[in-house]
Amino acid sequence: MNGIDQIPMPTAMQREAEQDGGAAVIAVAGLHKSFGSQRVLNGISLKVKRGETLAVLGRSGTGKSVLLRLIIGLAKPDSGSVRIHGHDIAGLALDQLGEIRKKMGFLFQHAALYDSLTVEQNVAFPLQHHQKKMSKSERADRVRGLLAEVGMEGALAKMPSDISGGMQKRVGLARALALQPDILLLDEPTAGLDPISSGEIDDLILKLQEEHHMASIVVTHDLHSAKTIADHLALLNEGNVVVQGDFEELQNSDIEFVGEFLKHS
Amino acid sequence: MIAARLTAAADRATPLPAPLTLPGSSMVSTKGPINQFLEWFGDLGIFFWRVARAAATPPFEFRELFRQLDEIGSKSLPLVALAGAATGVVLSLEARYSLTRFGAKSLLPAAIVFSVIHETGPIITGLVVSGRVGAGIGAELASMKVTEQIDAIEASAVNPYRLLAATRILACILMMPLLTLASDCCGLLMGWVTQALVEPVSLHQFINSGFNGADFNDFLPPTFKTAVFGLIIGLIACFQGMRTQGGAAGVGRAATSSVVLSSLFVILADVVLVKLIIIFFP
Repeated sequence: MNGIDQIPMPTAMQREAEQDGGAAVIAVAGLHKSFGSQRVLNGISLKVKRGETLAVLGRSGTGKSVLLRLIIGLAKPDSGSVRIHGHDIAGLALDQLGEIRKKMGFLFQHAALYDSLTVEQNVAFPLQHHQKKMSKSERADRVRGLLAEVGMEGALAKMPSDISGGMQKRVGLARALALQPDILLLDEPTAGLDPISSGEIDDLILKLQEEHHMASIVVTHDLHSAKTIADHLALLNEGNVVVQGDFEELQNSDIEFVGEFLKHS
Repeated sequence: MIAARLTAAADRATPLPAPLTLPGSSMVSTKGPINQFLEWFGDLGIFFWRVARAAATPPFEFRELFRQLDEIGSKSLPLVALAGAATGVVLSLEARYSLTRFGAKSLLPAAIVFSVIHETGPIITGLVVSGRVGAGIGAELASMKVTEQIDAIEASAVNPYRLLAATRILACILMMPLLTLASDCCGLLMGWVTQALVEPVSLHQFINSGFNGADFNDFLPPTFKTAVFGLIIGLIACFQGMRTQGGAAGVGRAATSSVVLSSLFVILADVVLVKLIIIFFP
């Protein structure tokens, strides 16, 4: 029996419940992760529902990117659970995890585009592997559509090394959206970009959220960006969630670290 | 039950640990060299199991396999042919000198044919391919690893063991015997040319005399043993590349260790395979 068959994808009822906000699409509970003697995450718990965007803030090295890697299964937690659509991803084989990952889009901090493929081939990559019945012309149309959505339709034949960092992130975002995911994970989408490009990326994320109604987690340093694109914020410090809620709750918090963080942002 | 648990443990989507470091490397390990070596072997075994499982289950990556057959096979051909030809010349010169001293000059064609087909052709091909292909695969995959491209493949729900490792290893296994044939042919041809320059002899005569008394057992097992060399080269290069850490320095280390380790294991495997061939194909 193929292992993939053992992972039931969300049923129509489950999706309805998720859409109503009844069930969390992403549920992280008691997540611990250490690298050698360095404890990075210390029992983090988070929930994100369909259509919701959670921004994870914190200082560098507080485990924000590690949290995203644990959620998509690129790293393994020491303890705790990550549930996607109710399925615990711990202990799944790569192909089984693949079935869950098809419903997840991931934008890497440095875009991680395939440097030997053109922009068009990068976006077509997930489609080529998972939508084999799609004809070449349908695929080309879909890739052009995705690139148009992120404003990169003019760069089809360019190599990733020939475009700027901001453009690479746009292409990375188009690739992340190729399989029409339910979940979008964004690792520092505006890091290293000028304020105008950052603003454009924020607007793009907002537009995509409105159109696709995904459950999203955005890891960022940029408080302004987090305020613009997220419904909820979680501030991490020393592996723990210090405060979680909307921007007002963050501002009204009397925790010293929160005040310090807001003062310097 | 225990076997099933071990299988499940090896099959779990667990990130690969740090690569084996070579003497002189700047990476410091707190483990002793024996522990480190045993751990490396264990990880290599798990890696091989994952690749074998991925290769045996659909979807099959035929397009990438054909690309790798071209990359590993066709593009190695000139180098392998040149190395084979040079070996043929050297063998012919050395064998002529030695056999003339012992009054066995008439055995010269047979000496060249047997040493090329039995040993020098396969081992030279193995070492040349481990240098060119081992370094190439190691550096390419290591570079993909440090720039998170392998993670991006995984995040796109594509199995990197199937797409990157299985295709390269399979291409190495399939192309090695063919490259060995090419190396053998060039070696024999240049062996004849070298001899013919000193003492005129036709190619027909040279081949007839060289292959006199030879049968398929002299030809097939030594040629097909190179498929094992291909497995070793592909497996070690993919393994070292896919678990690289540490930026550009890590890429350099992966490329170097891929070549050094695959060459070493090709030579060690040759010792075992020669003995097995002597036992099973006397």
